[in-house]
Amino acid sequence: MPHDTILSAHPAPPSLALPYPLALGRAGLAGFPSPAQDYEGRTLDLNERLVKRPSATFYMNVTGDSMMRLGIHEGDLLLVDRSIEPRPGHILVAMVDGEITVKRYERLGNQPYLCSGNTRYAPIPLEDLDCQVWGVVRAVIHEYPV
Amino acid sequence: MSLIGLVDCNSFYVSCERVFQPRLDGQAVGVLSNNDGCLIARSNEIKALGIEMGTPAFEIQHLVRQGRIHLLSSNYELYGDMSARVQDVLEEYSAGVEPYSIDEMFVRFDGFANDQLLEHARQLHRKVRQYTGIPVCVGVAPTRTLAKLANRAAKKIPAYRGVCAIRPDNRETQALLKKTELSDVWGVGRRLVGRLSLIGIKSAWDLAQADPKRIRRQFSVTLERTALELRGIPCIELNDFHEPRQRIMTSRSFGKLTNDFSEIREAIRQHGQRGAEKLRRQNSLARAVLVFLKTNPFRNDLPQYSPSLAVELYRPTDDSREILHAAGQALQRIYRQGYRYQKGGVMLLDLIDANRQQLSLLDTPQSDADRNRSQKLMSIMDELNSRMGRGTVKLGTPSPGAAWHLRCDNLTQRYSTRWEELPAARAT
Repeated sequence: MPHDTILSAHPAPPSLALPYPLALGRAGLAGFPSPAQDYEGRTLDLNERLVKRPSATFYMNVTGDSMMRLGIHEGDLLLVDRSIEPRPGHILVAMVDGEITVKRYERLGNQPYLCSGNTRYAPIPLEDLDCQVWGVVRAVIHEYPV
Repeated sequence: MSLIGLVDCNSFYVSCERVFQPRLDGQAVGVLSNNDGCLIARSNEIKALGIEMGTPAFEIQHLVRQGRIHLLSSNYELYGDMSARVQDVLEEYSAGVEPYSIDEMFVRFDGFANDQLLEHARQLHRKVRQYTGIPVCVGVAPTRTLAKLANRAAKKIPAYRGVCAIRPDNRETQALLKKTELSDVWGVGRRLVGRLSLIGIKSAWDLAQADPKRIRRQFSVTLERTALELRGIPCIELNDFHEPRQRIMTSRSFGKLTNDFSEIREAIRQHGQRGAEKLRRQNSLARAVLVFLKTNPFRNDLPQYSPSLAVELYRPTDDSREILHAAGQALQRIYRQGYRYQKGGVMLLDLIDANRQQLSLLDTPQSDADRNRSQKLMSIMDELNSRMGRGTVKLGTPSPGAAWHLRCDNLTQRYSTRWEELPAARAT
């Protein structure tokens, strides 16, 4: 059935604390109360930490090695937030000559440049470059083979 | 005065593709229907080549080979997700959003002073573009019909830079109404244009000036309302409006907040059924179905979740069973427990004329016998329902039979919803 090939556009509900508090206390037992009792019902959620604005957040895969020195490896997952205004020092996803590329935005002298994390690639002056910012990289996720 | 904004995405399907394929910017791009049958969405560049909506793909294949145009298969999962993102951004910056179709949303614009109004509209325009990458135009006016008109102006007249806000009584509005042909007014169909011109009504301005009572007598209540709306008197709600032919939207509040799945499913089925009836009455077929749910955005104390999902039909159809089946599938995938829903609805997308179905030769064929049976069943159902009251005959658990193989040679990735289909960012 063709419908089976279509999955939810929202595979997961938005980030939320767990609906039911975790039972950390030792209810019903006499004696010393659990020191964790006041911290019940929290759970760590990467969505909550990294996705500040779901409507503007997209993911991309990295190809190539020019950003290795900056900790971005081939095959890494980029979390890109389009709602952030780019500032020098930010890692950007930019559209350069019709390609989606990842670079670091820097000012050298008083000129804006797109820089790589690899000395083999010279900084590209942003002036007279056909370039548009696509979004700002908020996080890089590097998974190890396990 | 309360004001209504209409936010309309520019060449929506093509824009969704361009967000992730920047090399398509400035290129002539078209999106094809199910099975790559015919053209259902066009970029400005492909319009400029004189290629019409609905053109069969094989007729323009030679332009693809010459590299003059790009044709893509429809990617409803991508379009549905991008549409939901646009709606999210609008919801963040306004008091209320009503989706009207996959690429158009009405936005409440209450309580803005004149000078803030334009600035706010510009902000929506800017933010949607920045956050989602989708370019939009914004029209703001006291009524939906005028908002449509303002939006059109924002799109066509470069000086507006994508945003046009109008008041009913000023000279700018007057000039706009005088320039607008009747066929470009929301809800005025082609046949009406001819009849109206016989009594000297040729422009939107003429219709606004005409005596509403007379319009009602000679035409209909619907047209009277349109005339009043052109004067700036609001009288059209989304749910009761006679929909134009491009899309059919049925939605309503549940009446109370609910998390009961079977109750919600029942409502969605009803909307789907109503939509299918409208579809048959106007003699159209739909190519896809979009289902959405909404929690109450004003209840800050409750968790919020407003999902939507578009599902492609395996061929253009007006058969309630197939539409309900797809809607049911979509609902099942987006429904989550733990939320209290306020509203839900069904949108039928990319309608075509039932009589022109033969045009898309590459679509999955349906045997004549099969089609006749379906038509007979549906018309009997519609007749019973209209004679004996809505809902006399309803569908139980429909399921269309065979599995179909969809042809989609130029399918792009589902860039924003699938881990295995993410766009690549080059570090080279």
